[in-house]
Amino acid sequence: MTGLDDAALLAVVALGSAVGASALLRVSWPRRSPAAAILLWQALGLASGLATVGTLIGLALPASSGGLVRSVLRAAALLGDGDAFGMAAMFGLRPAGGAVILAVRLACLAAGLALLKLLCWVLLAALAAALQARRRQRTLLTLLAHGDPKVPGALVVDYPSAAAYCLPGLRSRIVVSVGTLELLGRRELAAVLAHERAHLRERHDLVLLPFTALRRAFPRSATCTDAHRAVALLVEMLADDRALRGRPARELVTALARFGTAGVCPAPAGALAAGEGEVAARVTRLLHPVRPLPAVVVLGICLAAALLVAAPITLLVV
Amino acid sequence: MTTVNRLGELERAIMDVLWDTNSSLTVREVSVRLTERNLAHTTVMTVLDRLAKKGFARRVRDGRAWRYCPAATRETYVTELMLTALEQTGDRTAALTRFAQSVSGSEAEVLRDALEVIEGSGEGDDRT
Repeated sequence: MTGLDDAALLAVVALGSAVGASALLRVSWPRRSPAAAILLWQALGLASGLATVGTLIGLALPASSGGLVRSVLRAAALLGDGDAFGMAAMFGLRPAGGAVILAVRLACLAAGLALLKLLCWVLLAALAAALQARRRQRTLLTLLAHGDPKVPGALVVDYPSAAAYCLPGLRSRIVVSVGTLELLGRRELAAVLAHERAHLRERHDLVLLPFTALRRAFPRSATCTDAHRAVALLVEMLADDRALRGRPARELVTALARFGTAGVCPAPAGALAAGEGEVAARVTRLLHPVRPLPAVVVLGICLAAALLVAAPITLLVV
Repeated sequence: MTTVNRLGELERAIMDVLWDTNSSLTVREVSVRLTERNLAHTTVMTVLDRLAKKGFARRVRDGRAWRYCPAATRETYVTELMLTALEQTGDRTAALTRFAQSVSGSEAEVLRDALEVIEGSGEGDDRT
């Protein structure tokens, strides 16, 4: 296949991912099987990123063959050798009137590589920001937090409002405020701890990280914001499901409801709270459980996710 | 107890001394106020030095000795900790995951109804 064929197919993958993402925001099955939906979100994100980068590079090197990654490396080598004829052939230039086309193709190449660099960079930056914030939290917790027999294994901070969260990482921590201890009963606290332990055990922070990175990179993009919110909610639902193992749902439901209504404050004028409706959505889902998707359907989703990621990688490499 | 934990415990005990005192203290005065009395002078000095380097303690020259005081109140640090946790600093990183957030308006109504239904059924949690 030539670079142009690759570009066309990659553009289809990129468009398909975008359409798929907006469809996934509208359908209701993700709350039936959050894990499968999260996997599909990851695949959509990865596929759309790779495919968009690949489309731009394919447009830049339409006459090349043998995989876009190799073509880019070959182009770089030719550039290093100053081989103008080789370059002209790679960029698909005819002897006459090539200046404008060359400029457009170089722009495509630059845009593709710049997007690739941006995507890698925001991911690393998001990881670095998270690690730094966690380190600061751990330092402060060393000086401020204490244990409490009501919440074995968790750290307690003298703070009157309700707060419960976990710090993922190698030295993970679960933190609750004194306000939480006053607000919740013993079994509700146990449910909260089980929920947080599920986050830590399954490293949900890493699941969410790429979407946090995308939202930071493209703060104006509604798709990035919506995708982040959707995945964040699915991660909470997944942890809710894990917390339900071996305990009745009502303990988690009342914990959520008390938490949500504890510090009710009027929303700032004109500002929609980030997680509007999410706690209610979780409570509703726990009160009226929906059947998980059949195993066959989940398997189909996993296969679709694998294909979605394999397609752009194959087009880029082969 | 591991070395790291031990160091953390000491830092915490010494910050507690500094927070509970209104004036700035010398290393010797800190040592005297610590519950654990048999600590070496150099140990206390090292930990105070670490706290100063980390920005939690401030030190000023007083003749030949250093005097130490907290850089900020305990409440300031608790507030910092919790504001990050409640994502109210505007800097939204994926550093941590919260259990749930406070809600308002119609969502709060939904939650109150859910609570009423569950507690009305006589199966509420054993509140302590």
